[in-house]
Amino acid sequence: MIIDGSEKSLRKFLSDLPPVDQVGAEARAAMLATRSIKTSSKAWAIDMAISMVDLTTLEGADTPGKVKSLCAKAVRPDQSDLTVPSVGAICVYNDMVKIARTELDRIGGKSLPVAAVATAFPSGRASLAVKKIDTQDAVDAGANEIDMVIDRGAFLSGRIYDVFEEIRVIKEICGKKAHLKVILETGELVTYDNVRKASYLAMLAGADFIKTSTGKVAPAATAPVVLVMLEAVRDYFTLTGEKIGVKPAGGIRTTKDAIKQLVLVKETAGEQWLTPDLFRIGASALLNDLLMQRMKLRTGHYASANYVTVD
Amino acid sequence: MSSLDVNKTYKLFIGGAFPRSESGRVYEIKGANKKFLANPALASRKDLRDAVVAAKSAQSGWANATAFNRGQILYRIAEIMQGRSEQFVEEICALEGITTKAAKLQVAEAIDTWVWYSGWCDKLSSVSGSQNQVSGPFYNFTTPEALGVIALFAEGKPSLLGAVRTLAPVLAGGNSAILIASESYPLPAITLGEVIATSDVPGGVVNILTGKASELLPWVGSHMEIDGVDVAGLNKKQEDEIKLVGADNLKRISRFAPGNHPERILSFMEHKTIWHPIGI
Repeated sequence: MIIDGSEKSLRKFLSDLPPVDQVGAEARAAMLATRSIKTSSKAWAIDMAISMVDLTTLEGADTPGKVKSLCAKAVRPDQSDLTVPSVGAICVYNDMVKIARTELDRIGGKSLPVAAVATAFPSGRASLAVKKIDTQDAVDAGANEIDMVIDRGAFLSGRIYDVFEEIRVIKEICGKKAHLKVILETGELVTYDNVRKASYLAMLAGADFIKTSTGKVAPAATAPVVLVMLEAVRDYFTLTGEKIGVKPAGGIRTTKDAIKQLVLVKETAGEQWLTPDLFRIGASALLNDLLMQRMKLRTGHYASANYVTVD
Repeated sequence: MSSLDVNKTYKLFIGGAFPRSESGRVYEIKGANKKFLANPALASRKDLRDAVVAAKSAQSGWANATAFNRGQILYRIAEIMQGRSEQFVEEICALEGITTKAAKLQVAEAIDTWVWYSGWCDKLSSVSGSQNQVSGPFYNFTTPEALGVIALFAEGKPSLLGAVRTLAPVLAGGNSAILIASESYPLPAITLGEVIATSDVPGGVVNILTGKASELLPWVGSHMEIDGVDVAGLNKKQEDEIKLVGADNLKRISRFAPGNHPERILSFMEHKTIWHPIGI
């Protein structure tokens, strides 16, 4: 164990973390974004990205019908091409978990996990008691993954042990039934140093995945932020031998954006992270662009949005 | 006091911005006097792709603007062109080698073309639409609607007028456009882009590429997102080629007689018929 679970040891560990070289991180992320990925590598990257997509709908206007059609798309993203892999998971609000689970089981997507956002998503402004019930409810409904938000207010005002305890408690509720993804909402954390600290805090508290954002706040998953988080999981692996996943979410809309993320993963955490078990992309519009790019590679001419579904 | 000439970098016009070609390429054009004139950008298929993305995302907003507002904006283009006429005259003279008087006439005709089509915007549905008699208790209307993204191969001569008379009708109907300027006579089209950028036309509604039509042609033809093509600047062989690749995606490919005509607008529109019960 790197810390003994006490507030003192947590504070010491986090304050001993080296600061992030802001200019260096931004330059490295920008440099990696210029890499050109073509032909067979591109085809591989597109399929890998599709299998990593957490197909998401998190709107107040969500209906059972919309969730069901999203499930169909998750299992078979392109009806006209059976070689397209299924996506990584479906990500919905709490009350849609059961609907999504039942529908996926019905249409042959038994192996596809359902992720639920919990703990008063997206703000995280509710009492711990409510957050616990929220999580328990999602787990009971059959969620295989829980995407929780941290209390950014507490983190920024220095009450980091409260944040730690909260993640620990939620992790206990998830138990072995559900993976825990911890959303840092990096757009509100202001500095890269905070992103690094929050990443370690979440990992130490028991997160299986660290996720950049809710998708409701801009900026979301910027390349330097993802880079800092990937460095954190890599170094955490060296320290503990445990592999924690990373999930950028929000603002990744094009195939180019997704491929840039994959390059970041390969060059930072390493090739072993290039699997849906350790890297996911939270998105809704991205999948259609990936499918259109796939069509372009297959047919040789540019595709049209009229040939993919309207979600 | 003497000063160095500050020469212009001729760039593309995509999504309301003026980028260089993604490929970094330029090509040389010579004036009518065989002397070097400019190095415009040599657009690649990826510039075309970017232009289509910009045109597609801008199109619904443009089509949904009121026809009256579209007419006002087209008129505004004429206003701004008027103020830039000297520059157009200079470019036309240098490229085409015609007299200043003839060039002035061409600019005036181009400006008139904008005014002519601006007037058509809010009259089109009355002239081309209809209320149909049907045997049932229904109101039955037919109205024209924009097709989508239209690619235009502009004529070489007259250089400015050729560009304007392909572009104006397409905009009047609510389509967004990708104008591929004539390879040898592109300067007035580039300046036209600068005029359009300052005329309240939403970014992406007009995109202007310079380069070789022969290079872009197969990509225009096969692009599933481009709905129509005006082949004014292509020769017969090129027209056949684009018709061949465009057949797969049912592209509407047209060539028009010179001159202004509402048929130019309607060729890139679809007619929609609506049935509505009477008394509700």
